[in-house]
Amino acid sequence: MFKEMVHSKWLGIVAGMLVVLLVLPLFAPRFYVYILALIYVTALLAMSLNMVVGYGGMFQFHHAVFYGVGAYAVALMITKTSMPAWIGFMAGPVAAAVTGLIIGWFCVRLTKLYFGMLQISLGSLIWAIVFRWYGFTGGDDGIHGVPMPSLISSLNSSYYFILIILIVCLVLMYMIIKSPFGSTLQAIRDNSQRCEAVGINVRRYQLGGIVVATFFAGVAGVLFVALERSVFAEMLFWVMSLEIFIMCLLGGWFTFAGPILGAAVTVALRTFVGRYTEYWTLILGVMLILVIFFLPEGVMGFFQGLFKPKVKEAAERGK
Amino acid sequence: MTFGPAELICQLLVGISRSMIMFIVCAGLSFVLGVLRIPNIAHGTLYMIGAFATFSITAMFAGSAGFWIALIVAPLLVAVVSLVAERALFCHLYQREHLMLLLFTFAISLILGDLVKIVWGAEYKSVSAPALLKGSVSLLGASFPRYNLFLILVGPLVAIAIWLFTNKTKIGKISRAAAVDREMVGVLGINVSWVFAIAFVIGCYLAGIGGALVAPTVSITLGMDHTLIIEAFLIVIIGGLGNMWGALVGSLIFGITHSFGVLFWPQFAIVFPYIAVVVVLLLRPKGLLKSVW
Repeated sequence: MFKEMVHSKWLGIVAGMLVVLLVLPLFAPRFYVYILALIYVTALLAMSLNMVVGYGGMFQFHHAVFYGVGAYAVALMITKTSMPAWIGFMAGPVAAAVTGLIIGWFCVRLTKLYFGMLQISLGSLIWAIVFRWYGFTGGDDGIHGVPMPSLISSLNSSYYFILIILIVCLVLMYMIIKSPFGSTLQAIRDNSQRCEAVGINVRRYQLGGIVVATFFAGVAGVLFVALERSVFAEMLFWVMSLEIFIMCLLGGWFTFAGPILGAAVTVALRTFVGRYTEYWTLILGVMLILVIFFLPEGVMGFFQGLFKPKVKEAAERGK
Repeated sequence: MTFGPAELICQLLVGISRSMIMFIVCAGLSFVLGVLRIPNIAHGTLYMIGAFATFSITAMFAGSAGFWIALIVAPLLVAVVSLVAERALFCHLYQREHLMLLLFTFAISLILGDLVKIVWGAEYKSVSAPALLKGSVSLLGASFPRYNLFLILVGPLVAIAIWLFTNKTKIGKISRAAAVDREMVGVLGINVSWVFAIAFVIGCYLAGIGGALVAPTVSITLGMDHTLIIEAFLIVIIGGLGNMWGALVGSLIFGITHSFGVLFWPQFAIVFPYIAVVVVLLLRPKGLLKSVW
């Protein structure tokens, strides 16, 4: 009974927020619409990382590579070939997932720090190639002015496009996490030895998790191009990977919505604090340290921790 | 393209001399990783502070004395910064998992990076080598910079010093023991917290030396920490975590493949070390030499 009430309350909040986000571009200034769209893209990216790190327990240290590969794939398809843009949009996530499959195939043989380090080395290899291959990827200049189909050429229309794709992806991710596949991933995170003992092919599930997550990272990359119309090599640099990690940490690892919050905070900090001072990373660093010291589960995790015992108590009282 | 043996040898020596700086930095990183189990991203930022401090100290004195003073003072400054960071922040977090520590050190590196920006500004800085090491010497008919020759001499000296420290001094032995079993060391009545502090400071001191040594060879800029630290991590991993000789081997692989890359295909020179790292990790994922983990 209580649980259902919580559910309906949450549904109401989500629906209300959705309505606000849908009508916002009608009267909000362009700049805020742009920032919101950027938050959506970043949030999708952070959530895709959380799928492997938070739910899968893998040290996915170079997630930015898949984001960058997705973005570069669509930008290259549109600028270098004459194929319709929508095919390029499909190509982004597929390219990211294939890269994820290849890199993941090597990485799942290892665990923890070694997993992460191998991924960093493979990812850095891709970054180095993109960074120097001026003839193809534009090198450190990147690719600018990628033409978009007329349907999403204005800022507002690309905002709606990004929002719709984000919602579709969120629903898909939620379903994947709640599916038997998602539960298995979480079980592997908590005790991989036992999982192996009951006959689960741990490596195959981990690889599956990586491919799914990198697919969504590729979607985020495509959405980034739809918003910015440009790609650059920094998207694949490992500092970017750490930034995504930070978003997950700020919001909370094991929570579904945590990375959205973390992405929003990071993007907002960069844009709004970055306007007043060039030292916004200092503030980000201090915030991070405070979170690590006092809220190791992230902000969302902290609030969940506040609410959870009450729910349990209420349920027990109900019995 | 054809190269004479002189060019090849020169390029090899340039690679080795660059490796020496990487080795000094990586030995520090590896030491901290081995003893404290902290993957310290701030290590690169401390290296950057070392380079910037070298710039300031060199500018303070006329002539080439400044550089020699900087070579001693700048690493000490870095050591002081790291000691403060360790006692104030790191020492409360040793029980946390690696991922958390990694992000924590990243936060420290963000803060230190911005502090560097506040103190030194965002412009490029350069340090000129002291008069003794300026110019180049003739080597098999090709010219070879004196400063690089100096680096090739310094590298082994530092290696010997680290070896003497870890194998012949009491504190070095204790820290090696703490790397293997910190609880047991604590049981023996040794203040593990201070052992960790000293090990951390020594590792960071090496980062400072690396920063001071690299100063005359590059333009000192913000962001040099991020390019360095990723390479340093990979070197430490391919050498074997916590193994000082592994750091040496890893640096040599990284430096030499890069310098030959410059010779044969300059555009993709930075790709070659990464290929080498990937090959090593695919063949020996836990590193070439024995790791202490």
